[in-house]
Amino acid sequence: MTMSGIRVLVGTRKGAFILSADGKRDRWTVNGPFFGGWEIYHLKGSPADPDRIYASQSSGWFGQQVQRSSDGGKTWEPVGKEFTYDGVPGTHQWYDGTPHPWEFKRVWHFEPSLDDPDHVYAGVEDAAIFETRDGGGTWAELSGLRGHGTGPQWTPGAGGMCLHTIVIDPKNPNRLYVAISAAGAFRSDDRGRTWKTITKGLNSKYIPDPTAEVGHCVHRIALNDQRPGVLFMQKHWDVMRSDDAGDHWREISGDLPTDFGFAIDVHAHEPETVYVVPITSDQEHFPPEGKLRVYRSRKGGNEWEPLTKGLPQKDCYVNVLRDAMAVDRMDPCGVYFGTTGGQVYASANAGDSWAPIVRDLPAVLSVEVQTLP
Amino acid sequence: MIRVELPPALRALAGLEREVRLDLPAPVTARAILDALEARHPVLRGAIRDFGTERRRPLVRFYACRRDLSHEPLDAPLPDAVARGEEPFLVIGAIAGG
Repeated sequence: MTMSGIRVLVGTRKGAFILSADGKRDRWTVNGPFFGGWEIYHLKGSPADPDRIYASQSSGWFGQQVQRSSDGGKTWEPVGKEFTYDGVPGTHQWYDGTPHPWEFKRVWHFEPSLDDPDHVYAGVEDAAIFETRDGGGTWAELSGLRGHGTGPQWTPGAGGMCLHTIVIDPKNPNRLYVAISAAGAFRSDDRGRTWKTITKGLNSKYIPDPTAEVGHCVHRIALNDQRPGVLFMQKHWDVMRSDDAGDHWREISGDLPTDFGFAIDVHAHEPETVYVVPITSDQEHFPPEGKLRVYRSRKGGNEWEPLTKGLPQKDCYVNVLRDAMAVDRMDPCGVYFGTTGGQVYASANAGDSWAPIVRDLPAVLSVEVQTLP
Repeated sequence: MIRVELPPALRALAGLEREVRLDLPAPVTARAILDALEARHPVLRGAIRDFGTERRRPLVRFYACRRDLSHEPLDAPLPDAVARGEEPFLVIGAIAGG
């Protein structure tokens, strides 16, 4: 397949940026900031129409906006931003153990459907999943998730009780995965109407019952399109793998220097090649020893190699957040990640070497990649 | 003519000049101003006050005539100088951060 270029969609604390290059991926154009001054938690393009992009624009002062582009990010229009929980919202558990009503705060993640640019899922804080079928005009909650019997036990993590990960099975659009901090991971096999927890095998020492059904702080889930039943997870601590669509998990942290981290992704063409960015600890949100290293396993986990060429190997104390890593579909596969220090790094050779596309953006919250036809 | 000043972030969002002018019947209230503003610029719905509850967002303030009117009822009449257009009704993003 001939591919003409790459578009990297970057959400930051103070605006959105779009980085573009041709297929060689060596000369980049930086456009932005779009929505300067606003937090852009996430932007994502539609697989069905790459020029259709959705952006979550929010502010502690002025709330939530949703922006939509139909020309690849050149122009934007505000669309519907009303996220009203279905029925009586009910309560979840607050930090002090008391019941606390669900309150919408922001959209963390948009996941456009595979076949319809107007159909998009949204993961929000306080944790719930919404969808639009009219291009963002209106949003309706898929309340079977929040209505899951465990809902009243969900508790916010330090970053809030956010639904931050939505993964659509590329071979079965009825199947969705979501992850919530700090409730855990869930799967739907009926397009989001009903849900089950998928947490067997997770072991979290920071909750009273380490193997409880809910309470796990799942940071991100990723899969390879060719083998969608195999899932990889970066948890608060532990890197995990499931070979049965989340029904069972096993730890694959292996020889990583630390198994704490946020981002995880899978090579576009090699289903056993996985990338993580180890972060020192839950308190020390920076790389061990001040060395920014992506770790790659070519064996589906347990055995990891540090990828350091082109990355700072001293005095580096940035973080890489959960939605801030992505891969392209070129051959060789490109890997991209953004840091809280405002760098966006790219590798055009599956991680063997890296170079910054930009160095001085606001703190990067999310990175998504579009491989353009 | 009522004069309304919005913070830069909301002016950019709505594509507005520095000051908005609204023609409203008496009595002029904060609710009447916000209703008219949101009707003319729907993108501002939810940005100044919450959907549904219509409560002022926590980090938004309403000032006029050197007074903080943020805690006044939305239906309270605004100062005469605002109603006469001599003084603007200010929507402010509160100071937050270090």
